[in-house]
Amino acid sequence: MAGGGGEEEKVKLLGVWDSPFVNRVQIVLNLKGICYEYVEEDLHNKGELLLASNPVHKKVPVLLHNGKAIPESQVIVQYIDEAWSGTGPSVLPADPLQRATARFWAAFVDDKVGSPWFTILFARKTEEKMEAAARAISAMETLEGAFKDCSVAAGKPFFGGDGIGFVDAVLGSYLGWFLVIETMIGVKLMDAARTPELAAWAERFKMADAVKGVLPEDVDKVLEFLQTFLD
Amino acid sequence: MAGEKNVGLVLLDFWVSPFGQRCRIALAEKGLPYEYVEENIMAVKSDRLLRSNPVYKHIPVLLHDGRTITESLIILQHLDQVFPDTRPLLPADPYERAHARFWADYVDKKVYGSGSKMYTEPQMQTNIEMVDILKTLERELGEKEFFGGEHGFGFVDVALIPFTAWFESFDRYSFKKKSFDRYWGVKVAEVAPKLVSWAARCQERESVSNSLYSPEKVYDFAGMMRKDFGIE
Repeated sequence: MAGGGGEEEKVKLLGVWDSPFVNRVQIVLNLKGICYEYVEEDLHNKGELLLASNPVHKKVPVLLHNGKAIPESQVIVQYIDEAWSGTGPSVLPADPLQRATARFWAAFVDDKVGSPWFTILFARKTEEKMEAAARAISAMETLEGAFKDCSVAAGKPFFGGDGIGFVDAVLGSYLGWFLVIETMIGVKLMDAARTPELAAWAERFKMADAVKGVLPEDVDKVLEFLQTFLD
Repeated sequence: MAGEKNVGLVLLDFWVSPFGQRCRIALAEKGLPYEYVEENIMAVKSDRLLRSNPVYKHIPVLLHDGRTITESLIILQHLDQVFPDTRPLLPADPYERAHARFWADYVDKKVYGSGSKMYTEPQMQTNIEMVDILKTLERELGEKEFFGGEHGFGFVDVALIPFTAWFESFDRYSFKKKSFDRYWGVKVAEVAPKLVSWAARCQERESVSNSLYSPEKVYDFAGMMRKDFGIE
């Protein structure tokens, strides 16, 4: 079932250009070869469609498919995998144990990298930002171990195996922000000296077709945009 | 369960954990036999627990033929996938599944997120949050018998029902008057009456009534936790 055909396959993504949660959905849509309309939302002035599609959290991303709204990035990614199960590569592994493991690490990433990311951006005090950065670095070290065990040991370039999978998309969506954070607080969350396998994985991830053009690259632009949420 | 085929399931759990209870309810709904292992997580954690869940060191942990699955909602989905001939918790349709996952995630983030502040906050400012959360759940339930709708008792019901034993604790710990502070009572029956009826319907299911403890026992546990955190 090819994407983006007639009205019945209408796919729309409500997002914000530099949100890791939005970026991972874009990456997965690209991976599956699904055509979609991207709508940039103004979070300072939320549109009716966003508020109607995600009344509970009022956040992006929201995927609209055939008029149905699906919010929450990890829920969206799994939805895409299931609704387009015959199209493109699978995002989640078929094997039950591998699938449970992928879900575990994806949840870990948002919990232990994502939470600190948010604190680094929005906490008022530098000490809070630095403490959050330390927690994120610790998480990255755990992920280095996990990556070595599940992928490097099997000679695979990605968490998902030969191609990008669920965990790759979730973790990879933060990569654009690592340079921004280094500029903000002088801390490298991804450091080849500390986590060499992940650093190599990051380069492979950024080169993938599905990822090209998705992650934010202009640090100044991101910082300028972030400032509008801090004022 | 005597006479049942051994499917090699072991659940490392803690009696009052709502996350562990989700797994117990799911296993019962599916008629799956398993070995229940009480981990005394308030004391020294067992080697087996630390080995099976080195990242978080918490229960529940499902061991399936020696392999490890952690995180309650992940365990539930795993059971659905590995035992497809048992009663499914998630519906088959991708959108319905997404809808269920969204609401289970809401329970984790909001009900657990807000409720667990009861241990650490003497001033129940979170009551206002909790009222909002309960009203949101009430709206989502609407006139349905269960959150699972046409699917019946399902993923979201299992995710939420263990927290209902804590409603009483939200209620009772919320409503304490002190001379220098104002507190806001959260009377769940007034804020979310449909939710209260839903909880009673769930309790009629053996899988639920056999897995949950009385609100009194939970209240005593919560009180003990608050003492440990130095709140009372």
